Amino acid sequence: MDWVPAIARWLHFMAGIMWIGLLYYFNFVNVAAAKAAAADGTAAGISKHVVPRALVYFRWGAVVTWLAGATLLGANFGNAFLLHKSHLAIGIGAWLGTIMLFNVWVLIWPNQKKILGMVQATDEQKNKARRVAFLASRTNTMLSIPMLYFMAAGGHGALFFG
Amino acid sequence: MKNPLDSLWGTIVCGLILTLILHNIVRYALGG
Repeated sequence: MDWVPAIARWLHFMAGIMWIGLLYYFNFVNVAAAKAAAADGTAAGISKHVVPRALVYFRWGAVVTWLAGATLLGANFGNAFLLHKSHLAIGIGAWLGTIMLFNVWVLIWPNQKKILGMVQATDEQKNKARRVAFLASRTNTMLSIPMLYFMAAGGHGALFFG
Repeated sequence: MKNPLDSLWGTIVCGLILTLILHNIVRYALGG
């Protein structure tokens, strides 16, 4: 069924743009905007109305991206994740994406829930959560650079490594 | 030492360095 990888690739791109686009929004725009808004007393609007909505599409975009990517790998899923020579470039990209998915669901989202008041936390716990979520988000921004390089190389290996 | 991930440019430079390192590892592994 040729249409399965075609649809999976399409979904992988759309959800990936949603996920990484929002990651870049958080890192390139929101961090500085929230700091400036806190200084003039307008941060509540961002943390109440913008960040929770952005986080919904961010974390579920990550899941859909990973699932569509796994579908796209199909029978080569094992070759990619075992870093077999035939799928080395896409395998590195897949591992980097998987580490990033882990960071979203295990480090960023649980800590954001504390920061946004969705779960109970003391001020000290909130401060710690802010630092962990920030560093996990920055780590994902850093990892996205080689991840996208190896995703692109997956389809054009000779151009990158020939 | 300051954490490079605290700055946006530090984050981007770290990502580019990591890309270069991984690129060379893969190129070596593929015999390129």
